[in-house]
Amino acid sequence: MRTLPRAPGENRRALGDPSATPARRGAGRPAWLWLIAPSALFMTALFAWPLLVGIGQAFTGPDGFSAANLRRMVDDPYFWPAVRNTALLIVVVVPLQFALALAMALLLRERPRFAGFYFYVWVIPLAISDLAAGLVWLSIFTDRGYLNSALAHLGIDGYAWLSYQHPWSMFAAVVVAELWRATSLVFVIVVAGMQGIPRDYDEAASVFGAGYWQRLRYVLLPQLRPSLQVALILRTILALETFAVAQALTGRSMPLLVGETYQWYTVLQNPGVASAIALVILALSLLAAIGYLRLLRDRTAPR
Amino acid sequence: MRNRVGLHLACLAVTAFVGVPIYLVALAAFTSRTALNEFPVPLGPTDVSTETMRGFLATTGVTGGFLNSLMVGLATVVLTLVLGAPAGYAVARYAFRGHDSYQLLLLLTRALPIVVLSVPLARVFLRIGLYDTTYAVTLLHTALALPTAVLISSAVFVGVPREQEEAATVFGATPAKAFLRIVVPQALPGIAAVAVFTFVLSWNEVLGATILTLNQRTLPAQVLTTLSDSPLAYRFAGGLALVLPALVFIAVMRRYLLNIWGTLR
Amino acid sequence: MTSIVVDRLVKTYAGAHRRAVDDVSLEVAEGEFVVLVGPSGCGKTTLLRMVAGLERPDSGTVHIGGREVTGLPARLRGVSMVFQSYAVFPHMTVEQNIGFGLTMHKVPAPQRLSRVRRAAEMLQLEEVLDRYPTQLSGGQRQRVAVARAIVMDAAVLLMDEPLSNLDALLRLQFRSELKRIVREVGATTLYVTHDQAEAMSLGDRVAVLRSGQLVQIGAALAVYDSPATQFVGGFLGSPPMNFLTATVSGSSLAVGPVSLPAPEFASSWDGKPVLVGVRAEKVTLDPSGVPAVVEVVEPTGAAMLLTVLLGDQRLKVSAPADLRVEPDETVRLRIDPSSVRLFDPETSLALLP
Repeated sequence: MRTLPRAPGENRRALGDPSATPARRGAGRPAWLWLIAPSALFMTALFAWPLLVGIGQAFTGPDGFSAANLRRMVDDPYFWPAVRNTALLIVVVVPLQFALALAMALLLRERPRFAGFYFYVWVIPLAISDLAAGLVWLSIFTDRGYLNSALAHLGIDGYAWLSYQHPWSMFAAVVVAELWRATSLVFVIVVAGMQGIPRDYDEAASVFGAGYWQRLRYVLLPQLRPSLQVALILRTILALETFAVAQALTGRSMPLLVGETYQWYTVLQNPGVASAIALVILALSLLAAIGYLRLLRDRTAPR
Repeated sequence: MRNRVGLHLACLAVTAFVGVPIYLVALAAFTSRTALNEFPVPLGPTDVSTETMRGFLATTGVTGGFLNSLMVGLATVVLTLVLGAPAGYAVARYAFRGHDSYQLLLLLTRALPIVVLSVPLARVFLRIGLYDTTYAVTLLHTALALPTAVLISSAVFVGVPREQEEAATVFGATPAKAFLRIVVPQALPGIAAVAVFTFVLSWNEVLGATILTLNQRTLPAQVLTTLSDSPLAYRFAGGLALVLPALVFIAVMRRYLLNIWGTLR
Repeated sequence: MTSIVVDRLVKTYAGAHRRAVDDVSLEVAEGEFVVLVGPSGCGKTTLLRMVAGLERPDSGTVHIGGREVTGLPARLRGVSMVFQSYAVFPHMTVEQNIGFGLTMHKVPAPQRLSRVRRAAEMLQLEEVLDRYPTQLSGGQRQRVAVARAIVMDAAVLLMDEPLSNLDALLRLQFRSELKRIVREVGATTLYVTHDQAEAMSLGDRVAVLRSGQLVQIGAALAVYDSPATQFVGGFLGSPPMNFLTATVSGSSLAVGPVSLPAPEFASSWDGKPVLVGVRAEKVTLDPSGVPAVVEVVEPTGAAMLLTVLLGDQRLKVSAPADLRVEPDETVRLRIDPSSVRLFDPETSLALLP
């Protein structure tokens, strides 16, 4: 018995096509190949190829294969200070950033009023380039900048924060600027990671008597490990690339690895040495990535 | 952390740390040059003038840089989406051999420093005659943005249940129609987020753009290369010009940020 | 004549060590309502999807309405489907959702609107036609999925656990409604569920699957009363069928120290061990019966469910609701030999007279 009248002229069989032939099974190239291929080809052309060319450039002297560029790189008076500064920067900035980002994420986790507004503001630096960040803090740290002006209002003498005669305050200024700019990235990653952690674990822990700091240490942080791992790798590699911030704040007074690459390439017109330094940076990045992956390896995962 | 007052104070302190410098650079950019030369510099908007900004914008290369950044940004978005969205769909829907290795490869490329690419790329572009063009910068930026674009868009497509596409095909839609009518409308917000993210990345990129161009500079490259020559005031103005778009970008992207990072693991 | 004929379908998923669907054949007559039931992983959904055209079988054929459709994509098979997750499109209104298939088949607007309206009325959705799925309750979204399927007026209706995501009460309510609607529509229906009560209540015939194989197919009550294997007996019915290990001894079944009268045909297996299958509701309380100690008393309202110890084996007894008994008390049971089903302990197959 049918209560849904069919439209006049419509035949049930119209829903199926009697003349359709069954598709051949497994015929032709699979769909996914066509979808992936363009991007894969593009990436090979723009990543793999330049990488090889770069390695070639670094090891090519006027007479073919040679380590001359490497030697020149190492002999350059700015090179080792650049290495030291870069390493120092990473060692100082990255832990500070993580502590700050974690603190920020924990603050928001308590759901204060205006949490949405806070989130918006705290995330703004994510979209600010390192050059802009450098310029922003330049207005603060420069001799006639806002910091010294504020101090003057309080009756304290100003200080040449960015002068090359004061390497420590110069370094501190770059640290502050980097902290300001790049913490948002870690912040977002940590917040996202926290959102994925069910409240159950926390609640269970407090039922069993764990206080705030204990819960933080034994329940929250271990669960954040995957996020922190990702964030660490990303941030360290990005920190290895710090360049424009220091350039904006200190000019060439604080050499950094990428800054030196830039110098060798544009000012000294020597792409060979520039590539050599770039390769050093690559090696350090890979080391850092591998190091973090091993250190923060998830030992609880089934083998 | 039961002390709510302490909590609010801490939040305000962080907000001040983030927000005050932005206020200050805006102030600096809108203070007249004479006022900037005084000491101490006024900390409040007492001597507002557009002189500095106007001077900066009138400097040769600035408007050109702005336009170049815009063109490169838009072109990068288009190219990245054209290459990346289909790949993201494939990763989301098909369990093909090499599925996991492809994703791993994408993650690894994000670990590659830009500088390692830029120098050799400059040489490659020189050879094929693309050096110092916006095309070159577009290609570099696309290469930088593509891995993230693929990963995010695959997460977006995973968010549209496969059963909906299947239902569409049972009820008469061809696979293409099912994609257009069912997947696209739901994926659009996420894909839009990818677009904004890509644009921001391109807009802010400094090093590669500087190395790859001489005359056709993007705004950041322009500011960077004239840094040592420009008067202090113009540097502040440049800083503000680079920062302002960020405020807009984040306002747009706020919602998607957590989704993006949450699904990237 | 629109029926479904499934012939020797086989499907193995990549990386799996056993077949998802292992050489299954069955026929659904025109207008018939057949339910595929079994535990999760038994292959019922895979089978349904192969009939729908959403999965390709490794071998075997599917015929719908006498026409082979094995290689055809879903949209060309003349089927309609309700998905377990409903798969209702969130960016379209209820009306657009219901009419989706009609739109795809280019049914002109006036007919489409009237058909959608009629389907909506059948499922009490007239009030929410211009709402979006996110504004509806789970139960309403499920109705949208059903409406979308029946509006097509397709010859074949496929349903993949449409009631599973509803809460228990809604599930029960909608079950009878669904049965009525499907009967009105009159399509040949293939329905998948893991819920044995649902299977028995809805299907003209019930097909029990396990580990990719079709174990038994038949009218619901026939399969209930005469399960072909121990598995089917234990799967259908709530509580599941009781199984007692016993040995045939003359005209009795020796269940441990207790002796029960044996059915006549059991004499063929005299001296051999058997599994005695008896349903909880077939065990009656009788003062002349064998003694059993009560362990657990569960008043379910409609009956008193007792877990008793007969000898050293447990069985469940469905006693009248007004029975008053306490744990550790002794009751006397009578099991009518005609209500007993015997199984071979080695093969788990039913022993037939």
